[in-house]
Order: sequence, then C-alpha cells, then structure tokens
Amino acid sequence: MARAVVTLPAQAKRGEIIEIKTLAAHAMETGFRRTQLGELIPRDIIRRFTCTYNGVEVYRVDLHPAVAANPLIAFTTTATETGTLSFQWVGDNGYSVTEIASIRVE
Amino acid sequence: MTTRREFLVLAAASFAAATAARAQLDPNLAAKRKAAFEEALGKVAGGARVRAGRVKLQLPPLIDNGNSVPLSVAVESPMTAADHVKAIHVFTEKNPLPDVVSVHLGPRAGRAGISTRVRLADTQTVVAIAELSDGTFWSDSAEVVVTLSACLEEGLI
Amino acid sequence: MSVRAARLILALSAAHLWVEPAAAGEIPLHERRSGYEFMSRETRAMQDDDAGNPGTLWLLDGEALWKRKAGAADRACSDCHGDARESMKAVAARYPAFDPALGRPVNLEQRINACRTRRQKAPALAYESKDLLALTAYVARQSRGLPINITIDARTRPFLEAGRAAFLRRQGQLNLACAQCHDDHWSGKLAGSPITQAHPTGYPLYRLEWQGLGSLERRLRGCLTGLRAESYPYGAPELVDLELYLMWRANGMKIETPAVRP
Repeated sequence: MARAVVTLPAQAKRGEIIEIKTLAAHAMETGFRRTQLGELIPRDIIRRFTCTYNGVEVYRVDLHPAVAANPLIAFTTTATETGTLSFQWVGDNGYSVTEIASIRVE
Repeated sequence: MTTRREFLVLAAASFAAATAARAQLDPNLAAKRKAAFEEALGKVAGGARVRAGRVKLQLPPLIDNGNSVPLSVAVESPMTAADHVKAIHVFTEKNPLPDVVSVHLGPRAGRAGISTRVRLADTQTVVAIAELSDGTFWSDSAEVVVTLSACLEEGLI
Repeated sequence: MSVRAARLILALSAAHLWVEPAAAGEIPLHERRSGYEFMSRETRAMQDDDAGNPGTLWLLDGEALWKRKAGAADRACSDCHGDARESMKAVAARYPAFDPALGRPVNLEQRINACRTRRQKAPALAYESKDLLALTAYVARQSRGLPINITIDARTRPFLEAGRAAFLRRQGQLNLACAQCHDDHWSGKLAGSPITQAHPTGYPLYRLEWQGLGSLERRLRGCLTGLRAESYPYGAPELVDLELYLMWRANGMKIETPAVRP
C-alpha cells in the first residue's frame, strides 16, 4: 500500500538546485485527543525524516505533534552527481518507511 | 441495560474525563504555554542574541482549518561551506507543545528552507529561528488567525 | 386568456426544453460555483498539486487494488475493465445510476461493491474503509475535469424527487432545511466558515477537518448530525436519493476528485 509519495525530477544539470516534494501516509496522532470515554489516545507520530544522496545525509527534519496528518515535506537539494536519493521516515511504534528515487545528473 | 460493572467503569471514566477537562480549564494554561514557548526559544540560541531578519516565515493570515496550515520558511544564505544555514527551528506560542519542526541541513541543500503543513491550536504567533554556520541566530515571526482549531477539538465521524 | 397565449403555453410545456424543470431556488447553471472557489488560495494550491495533495496516497492504493486479484473468482478489476484510465472515463460523472438488479439508483461505492460480490465473488468492502475509499477515489479520478452528467428518466425520477424533497425539508432540532443554507445563503458565513453551494464535485475528498479522505455519505451524515437530525446509516436509500439529487443539481460542473476541502 502507498505509504509515501516522492516527486522530483528524473534528471538535472550538475549544480542545479532541484525541488523535492514528499508526502507520507500517517495520522500523526498528537497524544492530546481523547476517546468518547475521556481516555487519552496515545501519541503516535513520525519523529524524523531523512534524505540521503548516494549515502550522504543532505537534509533531516525532526517532527513534533504539531505537524499535520499525512505530512508534506518539501525542500531543495543540489544535483551533484548521478545516483540514488533515499528518503526515510521513522516514528513511534516501529514505524519506518523508505522510498528510493534515481536521478541522472549531466 | 447497563450492568453494575459497566456503570462503575463509566462513572470512573467520566470522573477521569472531568479531571482532564478541568486541567484544560486551568486558568494558568495560557501562561504555562507561553512560558514553555519562551523556554524553547531560549534553549535554541543558548543565550546568544537572536536577531530579526534574513528569515522569511510564510503562513496564510487567515486559515481554512487549524488542522492543516501550510507553512514555509526560507532563509537568505549563499549556502557555501563557509557561510550556510545549519538548522531551522519553528515554534508556536499557544499549542500544547511549542516545538513544530527542526530542520538540519547544510550547503548541499542549495537553498535553506522547508515547506510543510502544521497544526495550530489557536490564533497565535509562530516563530522561525535559523542557526547559521557562523554561530549567529536569526528569526522571523508571523501572526495567524485560527477559527477552527486543531489539537483539542473532536471531529464528527 | 387569449387563444394565442394558451397555444404558446401548450407549446412550451410540450417542448420540454430541459430534462427536468428547476424548482424555485435551485441555482441556475451559470451561477453554480464549486466549493473550490470558497477556499483560500493555499488550500486550492493543495488540491491542484498532485505531489502535495494527500489524496494522491489513496489514489496509489486504489491503483494497486484495481490490479489485485480478489475473491473466489480470482479476478482483478483490470481483468474485465482493463486500463481504468480508458474504461472508467466519465463513469463517476454519471453516478448515482440506476441498478436494474436492485430496482433503484446506487452510488459509486455500492456499484464497486456490486462488482466485488457478483463478479469477483469477494466480500463487499466496508463503507468508509481505506480500500473502498481508495478504489472509489481511483475510479472517480478518471472523470477529473469532465462535467457531471446525471440523466433522469422514468425509472430514476421518483428517487430524484425523494432526494429533492429531503433537501427542501426542515429537519432536526435546529429545524433547518439544506436549501436554506445552500440555496438561499451560500456565500454567507456560518461561524466564520463560508457557506458553499454544496455541490459534490470532488468526492471522495481530503477534508482538513477529518485529516483524511472521506466519502460524500460521510459528509452528509456529518451535516445531518450538525442539524441535530437523526443521521442515516451508510448506504441507506435516503442518503443515496440525496446524493442523486445533489449530483443532478450539480450537472455540468467539473469533477475534481480527489478534491481538498476545509
């Protein structure tokens, strides 16, 4: 099932700054909501998003409950070389999702 | 028909709920949150001066729903090895917790920034602080009007 | 009345210049505005950009389900219907549609479940389940940009009239009719939020209030609860009649699935 969507160009010129848009399927339960009986619904959120480019971390975000459900994270990176961009979301209760995209850099 | 056991469970739960509800009616709630907000801002800079400028925090002034408010931060920086943005932190004044996101980046980002969507519990001020490679701190703030709040309202199913 | 006038009236009635006469208060075609136009610029941008529209997550699930074999017949939707981009084009635009087996109109969710039970010999998907929402969104997405096209004939007319009656009827503790807000006071505000014309152009849609994708029936149940009226269960004929009326009332407007709404 689709756990995340990543959008970025398939190719770029060396040194070009490319835009990356990511969406992750996650309720981002804040830990402040209560059931009808008043019981607290425990926190369950994505804690960290990391983007690595050919194994090198180029962007990292620490997320808190204030981030909306099904979070969008959009950012930029420099197209340095042809290779693989890896996107990882890690969170509570063992949540871990990885998406991979290839980029060709001329 | 409610059994005696069910009745006792419900009674206990509603007592707990009442206690919890009373906690939300704490007259010091706003003051406590503001204190947490100030403390979070202080911890980022660790005593160093935070100057207004270089950071551009964008939020719609009036939003459709506090559950999902588009937010973007952009920081003016050449993003070279010698001069770049190391981190961007976003805080809110009135949410149950002040922290929103912390971005860790470097020259490879090309441009220093983030676009995301956040939850806002009330009409309030949002602050973005950028930490530069030269050890200086810069910030921007924005006021947002929230009519349908996030975090503390139940939706109808 | 003169003979000439009488003949004119007779000719006009016989002409049936339009399929169904609009009742007083119904919004004429050129004044119909989608809920999209009542949203902020930022929420519109969220809908317009597939890369940032959370509905995309459900579309991808729907695409996977479309190709997945299911049931005792071990058949996928694609085994009969091929590429949804071709076969499902303009389908959502004409739902709810008459189902001869049931003798009444069914909505798109019910149509999908009918295929699952009758053709795939698989259990029906639960209303508002992730899978049913994903499949419905995927099918409806194939009508994006196309005009809603509900045609009414002798079989469906009674259900349209039942839906219209429900729309015009005062109900609930608040004793309000849908029409009072959505025909008479659209563009006004209710507790700070704009009142739209209530056209279901983008369902299933991502609602910021739900923080998830939901169906038109979920929205209608929410509206009825808001009126402090007794809400109907999912799939109830009262809801489908109302859906039929709402879609007919929105005829000509473009499908936006998966829309984003506050």
